Amino acid sequence: MPFITAATTQENYDVIVVGSGAAGGQTAYTLTMEGARVLMLEAGRNYDYVTETPMFQANGDAPLRGAGTPDKPFGFYDATIDGGWEVPGEPYSSDSDDPAKQFKWWRARMLGGRTNHWGRISLRNGPYDFKPRTRDGLGFDWPLSYDDVSPYYDKVEMLIGVYGDNNNLENTPDSPEGCLLPAPAARVGERLIKQRAGKLGVPVVPIHRAVLTKKLDHTVIPAKLHPGNAKAQRIIAKDMEARAACFWATPCFRGCSIRATYQSNAVHLPPALMTGNLDIVCNALVFEVTLDKDGKADGVLYIDRPTGNRHRARGRVVVLAASACESVRILLNSKSPRFPNGLANSSGKVGRYVMDTVGAGLSGQIPLLENMPLHNEDGAGGSHMYSPWWLYQQQLKGELDFARGYHIEMSSGRRMPGPGTVRMQAGAKAAYGRGFKEEAKRYYGSHVHFAGRGEMIPNEGSFCELDPVLKDKWGIPSLRFHWQWSAHETRQAAHMQKTFAAIIEAMGGRVMGKVEADGAKSIAAGGEIIHEVGGTIMGADAKNSVTNQWCQTWDVKNLFITDGGPFASNADKNPTLTIMALAWRSADYIIDQMRKGAL
Amino acid sequence: MDRRESLKWMMAVLATVPSWNVAAGGNASKGYGTDPDLVKRYRMGDLWPLTFDATQKAAAAALCSVIIPAYALSKSAAQLDVHVFIDEWVSAPYPRHVEDRKLIVEGLAWLDEESGQRFKKPFAKLALAEQHKICDDICWPAKAKAELAKAARFFARFRDLTADGYYSTPEGMKELGFTGNKASVNFDGPPVSALKKAGLI
Repeated sequence: MPFITAATTQENYDVIVVGSGAAGGQTAYTLTMEGARVLMLEAGRNYDYVTETPMFQANGDAPLRGAGTPDKPFGFYDATIDGGWEVPGEPYSSDSDDPAKQFKWWRARMLGGRTNHWGRISLRNGPYDFKPRTRDGLGFDWPLSYDDVSPYYDKVEMLIGVYGDNNNLENTPDSPEGCLLPAPAARVGERLIKQRAGKLGVPVVPIHRAVLTKKLDHTVIPAKLHPGNAKAQRIIAKDMEARAACFWATPCFRGCSIRATYQSNAVHLPPALMTGNLDIVCNALVFEVTLDKDGKADGVLYIDRPTGNRHRARGRVVVLAASACESVRILLNSKSPRFPNGLANSSGKVGRYVMDTVGAGLSGQIPLLENMPLHNEDGAGGSHMYSPWWLYQQQLKGELDFARGYHIEMSSGRRMPGPGTVRMQAGAKAAYGRGFKEEAKRYYGSHVHFAGRGEMIPNEGSFCELDPVLKDKWGIPSLRFHWQWSAHETRQAAHMQKTFAAIIEAMGGRVMGKVEADGAKSIAAGGEIIHEVGGTIMGADAKNSVTNQWCQTWDVKNLFITDGGPFASNADKNPTLTIMALAWRSADYIIDQMRKGAL
Repeated sequence: MDRRESLKWMMAVLATVPSWNVAAGGNASKGYGTDPDLVKRYRMGDLWPLTFDATQKAAAAALCSVIIPAYALSKSAAQLDVHVFIDEWVSAPYPRHVEDRKLIVEGLAWLDEESGQRFKKPFAKLALAEQHKICDDICWPAKAKAELAKAARFFARFRDLTADGYYSTPEGMKELGFTGNKASVNFDGPPVSALKKAGLI
């Protein structure tokens, strides 16, 4: 069972999984390892990370020296195919022209989805993050706790490989022994930030990223992942052995042909395929979940994107893992007499409470980092250090004017030069000529950038629905987004700005650009951080949520959503690791219920 | 260039791009799309036709070399074909590039016009000191005279593009002291000398 086409799918499957990213990959991995026969439908084309990843290409090898364009907004070498802020032929709309109320939706149409280009940042939610309403009265509690999820965080970390460190910090969970790979050595800029931010009370510790700083231990981990399942252990041991450790070159956002980073298609799908239980159809855009006469899901309808032909696939269980908003779109487009407002939407909550991450950034130029002795700072192809949120106690005491926290991602160093690397600096002595050239050398590598990534509280004004008019090129209704920030988010963005300016000053540096004290001006647009979750939130009550704690819809018991949709809150911790942990937990539940005959 | 040639050249410039107000035509070609080959090595001019004619090319190359000249063992921007990269850039069909195309093409014409008026030769034929005289009037946007504001904007953008083109070549990367993009078994972090420089030890 391998990559097939619509013409060669089997009559029926145990489970249909819609999407092949972090959620679909993890769901299919767990299910197939436990013996379920799975059909995965991916809307984008097949993508071969081995032959298609630009591993050592320099910017000079690319058109326009690799600079971003509307076709490749994050740069030529970004591992996004047929996607970005716009997908040709697949539009979405905004309810408002107000720039403060925009939502931007990043999609990819490729096997592995957005896991090919993601930042690999893999942070656990902490105990507070699952019970935010209990803590401060805002938003929603999840119908599960950190203790329910932590065994799955352990498993995902061991499976995909995550570097990092344990620092015993508040609401920033440590991982049990054996889960994390060694953190890479900090770069000189990161060390300077640690020294100077530390004096301001801002902790700087190793970040957690899904990069193999050494090979996974294939002799120990498989038994921990799949106790009692000899076949699964054998398969994953073999596959782990085949993954190479990082060779400390080429940025991770290009993807990784040696499998040293987590990408669904490089880590989840190969062993899942090896079980013989997985079929994958690419270019299969699912637009509807179909029901049998008893109101149970019996399969999906999809479009073959190159031809526009429509096909059906059947399964006992349907799992949507298409990304939070795409899964909403499928549900809202699955209308029937039983569900006139869209499938699994008896609560009216499908599409509601879409959340992104609060983002704001500031750069600085640091004289102490000028004229560095030449050395290679590529490292693990991304950041090595970060600052977890450090003001939980002050927030609890009501000393801050916003309710939730943020972490700081930081970048520095002598990166591969490309567009924007050399610019005339404020206070430059030469505007051109030999002096300009000398100053270029002096300033190269002396810049730092801080990016705040904060929690957004769900609100009634941030949601998506079907656009009454707009359709994609196959005639399927598109999504229309509504967006609004509350003062909790904009004040948090202002706090980020002040904090970053203080750190830059503490480093003896010069802030580049303006410190924007008005959070409404410094905050990134909704969706721009590409951490959109919610839309099908989980809860303890069918009246005001879409799924239960197993990501199982209240209305249709054999329909599950394992992407970010069921998130009841969006902690500052980047969502991907939690998506995978919950997907594994949900897949375990599906297997258990199938074995009991309940599904 | 004698006086007659110089006049001929002046007439040609005036006939083609007499002022800032003439729009540089758009480029009808398409971009590389959302699924380009990422591992192929591209050459400038592969994807869309280039824009500069011989006059523009000469002015662009000369200005590149004024901004990033050769000295010691290090090459100039023109020696590394950065003016061809700028041509590739302004010839691309995307909105930002179409804007740059207008600014750069008109700016190059202004440069030659100004050179002609002041020194009776196109910019590329001027002595270095003459080239500097013109550049000195426009290279500091804050200090440029009001009537030169647009020329200053052109210079600032041209300088950015020259730096982008130059420092993304193998020679330019080496010049900056970039030593990465090499596979290695270990990552040891910064050397002691770097830690000392930053005052960390």
